[in-house]
Amino acid sequence: MSNPIKLAIGPILFYWSKDEVQNFYLQASDSPADIVYVGESVCSRRCQLRTSDWIGLAKDLAAAGKDVVLSALALAESEGDLIALRKLVAACAESGGRIRLEANDLGAVKVAAEAGVPFVCGPHLNVYNEATLAWFAAKGAVAWVPPLEAPRSLIAPLHASRPVGMATEVFAWGKIPLAFSARCFTARHYGLKKDDCQFRCLDHADGLTLATREGQSFLTMNGIQTMSAQHYSLLAELPALLDLGIDALRLSPQSKDFFAVLAAFDAARRGEPAGLPAACTDHGTCDGYWHGQAGIAKVGAEDDTLVVAASGA
Amino acid sequence: MVSSTPTTTTSAFRIPHLVCPAGSLPALKSAVDNGADAVYLGFKNATNARNFAGLNFDDKSLREGVRYARDRGREVLVAINTYPQAGRLAEWHGAVDAAADLGATAVILADVGLLAYAAERHPALHRHLSVQGSATSYEAINFAQDAFGVRRAVLPRVLTLAQVENVVRHTTVEIEVFGFGSLCVMNEGRCWLSSYATGESPNTVGACSPAKYVRWEQQGKTMNARLNGILIDSYGEGEPAGYPTLCKGRFEVAGETGYALEEPTSLNVVELLPQIAAAGVAAIKVEGRQRSPAYVGQVTRVLRQAIDALKAPGFAVKPAWQSELAKVAEGHQVTLGAYDRPWR
Repeated sequence: MSNPIKLAIGPILFYWSKDEVQNFYLQASDSPADIVYVGESVCSRRCQLRTSDWIGLAKDLAAAGKDVVLSALALAESEGDLIALRKLVAACAESGGRIRLEANDLGAVKVAAEAGVPFVCGPHLNVYNEATLAWFAAKGAVAWVPPLEAPRSLIAPLHASRPVGMATEVFAWGKIPLAFSARCFTARHYGLKKDDCQFRCLDHADGLTLATREGQSFLTMNGIQTMSAQHYSLLAELPALLDLGIDALRLSPQSKDFFAVLAAFDAARRGEPAGLPAACTDHGTCDGYWHGQAGIAKVGAEDDTLVVAASGA
Repeated sequence: MVSSTPTTTTSAFRIPHLVCPAGSLPALKSAVDNGADAVYLGFKNATNARNFAGLNFDDKSLREGVRYARDRGREVLVAINTYPQAGRLAEWHGAVDAAADLGATAVILADVGLLAYAAERHPALHRHLSVQGSATSYEAINFAQDAFGVRRAVLPRVLTLAQVENVVRHTTVEIEVFGFGSLCVMNEGRCWLSSYATGESPNTVGACSPAKYVRWEQQGKTMNARLNGILIDSYGEGEPAGYPTLCKGRFEVAGETGYALEEPTSLNVVELLPQIAAAGVAAIKVEGRQRSPAYVGQVTRVLRQAIDALKAPGFAVKPAWQSELAKVAEGHQVTLGAYDRPWR
């Protein structure tokens, strides 16, 4: 691999129609992305794609030469959720190491470890220190995504002292998944019960924005998940990420301009001028977490200017 | 408000322990004096997910609290349930060592590295999996049992009663559930809303919507409550103002303004006690280490009576219990939270 850092397409966190999902992965298959995550990690009620459909997509992408990871639900509540998890792990086991699992809770770690399936510690597994990272490595973790709230000052030393064979993947683009709940906020907004949500998430391809009473965009409601309204962007930090030797960057899918964003990161990792399309965010970008500040803060330079400048250096 | 008799024929039935909060020595004594089977508490530092200024325990007060509880046959559980931060493991290890040395019955932990440390260094000290550990399935809980000998797991406030029952059926780990207090609507241990607004979260520093970021601002007849500058709510004249915990603020979504995430409410499971006991739940936890000794005493006293009433056939909720609890409920509204269908 000649590229100094891999690009990963994270799991689709929103609820899209089956056609939209399939089109997205057709494009992903032809894109410069090295790693592609597939699967439903947010809400078990979402059923445009069944578990077997996700596994089929994973196989197709693996056949197209991508590193593929099946993402498990972050919030497993029912017996049905565990059955789906076991199917994902069985598909990983059958693939002979071609497909890995993204574990987002200890239950997924258990099922993967028992099956001898290598797994990625997802951002919701809460790896904040070296002892925990080493413990997951001993159970079969081959990569980890730091918690989204982790600053550079936490990520850098953990990456530097990571166990042998462990890859570090940093979330670098997208609305930040901030919280999970038993409650569905989208259903609640429409005055519906979760069990009868009428799949309203389908109407909000990038979630529903929540603003303060003085009009400041703040959060995004995505079913049972609460996200940032702003897009986290580490495009301007690419020189620093390369310098640290981070293995991969995760870009989180969105309905508009996603592959243009991917192209910008691809250009930037090769040191070429890169700019983001103007319409790729609805409420601007933030990078406070990376800098050890409030996540919503914007500390670094504007993405396009800094990356162009860095590439000339 | 009369519930049915518990199904005492099922083998799972057990009278749950009552686990009560203590943010101070007087609160601990109040919990013990009013009938708590166990008191949970934490140190005055970032190892504690309820790291409130002016509250919590140092070695001296913990030693005294342990003596007070043990003399009366009660347990002390020490919550060391934030996530150790890279390069600072010694602080969290020190807290576990101190809890062991000072005679705690158990430590309540969330981080797997810390669980491994406690299991290795202090095998005789019981290990409970904290609610901050976000174990929502029996697979996760059984894993913690196999790996760290976890004796009890505290379930996140996201499961229905039927789901709680299913977890109990599939594990030999004792299950503890929340029974009363303010309600975290988010899955504990997996909520970064506070750090998104302020840079500080329960996982890292043990605080949600920390007081030092709160600003009250009078603007004409309106009182604005801000968290690190972000408007969480504003209150008109005469409207009772609440602490700006950010998930409990009023926001605007698609032109509608209201409690978009959660209204300020209290969880109260008193009417579900027969089902909880029948499900085989080992312990019921009261939230509120930030609350006063008087609050802790009042809630403990009522729940003690209600749990004791399970021992005789024909459990019925006494109106007096509910009116006592309603007096201290946040927002003066109560809910069964995720245990009940309306959340579904």
